[in-house]
Amino acid sequence: MTLETSSKRFPEQVRVARADVNLQQALGKLKLGLSVMRSAAVDRLPEFDRLRDEAAAIRDHTLNHLDHYLLRFEAAVKERGGHVHFAPDAAAANAIILDICRAANARKVTKGKSMVTEEIELNHHLAAHGITCLETDLGEYIVQLRNERPSHIVAPAIHVVKAQVAEAFAAHHGEAPPGGREEASALMAEARSVIRRHFLEADVGITGANFAIAETGTTVIVTNEGNGDLTQSLPKVHIAVTGIEKIVPTLEDASTLIRLLSRSATGQEASVYNTFSTGPRRPEDPDGPEAFHVVLVDNGRSSMLGTAFQDMLRCIRCGACLNHCPVYGQVGGQAYGSVYPGPMGAVLTPSLAGIDAAGHLPNASTFCGACEAVCPVRIPLPKMMRHWREREFDAGLAPRGQRIGIAVWAFAARRPRLYRLLAGTGARLLKLIGGRRGHLSRLPLGRGWTAWRDLPAPAGETFHAAWRRRRSEE
Amino acid sequence: MSDAGRERVFAAVRQALGRRGPEAEPDVVTRRLEQPQPNTVPVRGQLQQPELTELFVAMAGQAQATVVRLKDREAIPAAAADFCRDHGLPPAVVVAPASPLNECDWAAAGVSAERRLVRSGDPVAMATAAAGIAETGTLAMLSGPENPVTANFLPDNHLVVIETRDLVGTPEDLWATLRERGVPLPRTVNWITGPSRSGDIEMTMLMGAHGPIRLHILLIDDSSAD
Repeated sequence: MTLETSSKRFPEQVRVARADVNLQQALGKLKLGLSVMRSAAVDRLPEFDRLRDEAAAIRDHTLNHLDHYLLRFEAAVKERGGHVHFAPDAAAANAIILDICRAANARKVTKGKSMVTEEIELNHHLAAHGITCLETDLGEYIVQLRNERPSHIVAPAIHVVKAQVAEAFAAHHGEAPPGGREEASALMAEARSVIRRHFLEADVGITGANFAIAETGTTVIVTNEGNGDLTQSLPKVHIAVTGIEKIVPTLEDASTLIRLLSRSATGQEASVYNTFSTGPRRPEDPDGPEAFHVVLVDNGRSSMLGTAFQDMLRCIRCGACLNHCPVYGQVGGQAYGSVYPGPMGAVLTPSLAGIDAAGHLPNASTFCGACEAVCPVRIPLPKMMRHWREREFDAGLAPRGQRIGIAVWAFAARRPRLYRLLAGTGARLLKLIGGRRGHLSRLPLGRGWTAWRDLPAPAGETFHAAWRRRRSEE
Repeated sequence: MSDAGRERVFAAVRQALGRRGPEAEPDVVTRRLEQPQPNTVPVRGQLQQPELTELFVAMAGQAQATVVRLKDREAIPAAAADFCRDHGLPPAVVVAPASPLNECDWAAAGVSAERRLVRSGDPVAMATAAAGIAETGTLAMLSGPENPVTANFLPDNHLVVIETRDLVGTPEDLWATLRERGVPLPRTVNWITGPSRSGDIEMTMLMGAHGPIRLHILLIDDSSAD
């Protein structure tokens, strides 16, 4: 398990995020944008819910037969002249990719958006060996210039405002182009012309793969910008890096998942570019890569198979759970300290990095259930966060105060008379303190609540007592 | 190294799935791969002509592509000339050396058609789509000598010719058609729905991120021919 995180510092990172004016301004747009567009797109497709059931079933079926589908995918890629590499962990994946780049005498590599290469920190590894790996997705490019991690799995630079993009471009590109750096369109045109040169100079192009189709040995990328296509079509070598769980059986299965992916991610009927890549260029082809490599990364995924966390492997990385999460909406992605933030990250990060490193993340949820409600493959995210909370508690990793509190509560809860006595006394006491105002603005042992809002005072009578009274009155 | 890695990944996956070792492929996997079946296909795309064409045009428009309807292939050069004029461009296009579009009489329409591969910064490139998917207004491009893949991404303006008889309702119809023809998949199948765009700067969707800034579809409506 080799996912590097700073998730241990989640509480401090949250404080920084809440105080960051630019971030809060950027997050405000998220709430009004993607979730509204998703909901409109869902309304336009009456079959949406049935497709979700089928998508979950496709993913379950593939995961339950993953060994067989991996073999079929490998055979199909080889049959069409491509190569498949299996990487048990991040270090192995980085070593495989470096070897391929070295064999191609690569100095410069371009990369399309890929969360797995973020997970394995490929850019650092290549840079350490003298190879420049340049991000070409506009958001990833901005994040790379700012020397940050992406803050969203679909919109990597969602935490950045326009002025900060202009600053980053000024620092790296020098003098402003004739169009200036005021307008978003000018900034995009500037990035287009700078990155275009890199596309043409690159020796190797690296992309992710949203899906890997066992039937045909095809990798699929789903994008809007076209950067992934320039990345994989211009250089001599194309490397597609993805997780072992991204296999789907057939072209039809991929098509079903694509319908859900675009709508769930950005509310589009279809993303602009859905690209199906099968093998290297053919002898008669005038362009395209001469070599095609697929690197399938495990890095902790197989340890989720056959466990309470297997359903998480259904994830198609649409980001809908982030867009609908009240916690993500307040703190953004970087506070999570992992390339996988939000609800999906709260489940996946502890799975890949360990609960000791990422215990805060499954606790950062109100359990409102919005994430599960919008998930295109119906992953029971709150249930899994609860599993992680239980494991964290069982492993003795929960904070001391919390452990003592739960132990005291459990002691009382197993003794009904004692519990009723304590609950009754507590309810009366709190009502008394609440007085005529009916709420408490300070509470011993409960400052975490009352520091931000008042606690409504209880009615003074427990539910049990009220029930008994009403029964006797009838 | 990678062989040992391969063994480790398969051992881990098999152990997690409770296998004793490599096992024979179950029938359910073999059948699924060898007789691919569609899942639920949205009703929207299950149409016949002329509705198919109307849906394709409407959906392509929604995705910010522009569509012009032509009555036959002879009208292609004039339509390209119109496009160039409307956008203040000189009447010049690039056509792949093996493209069937070289048969058009470009000179008669006053268009200079350069017969070569597209280079970065070319203002206008021509291409032909193998199919159009009405459900989403999507063009399906198959890479090969007639349609080099880079022509779909390098030019600023992408002009794509498609005939109404090549329109299908859904992606499932496309895959079925390709399997019927018995041609294996080319290196790339590009589904293209509208021009390149990005919303990465403050969530404002802008056209022309890395690929073409405009996508113009020349739809040859053969039903209107006698």
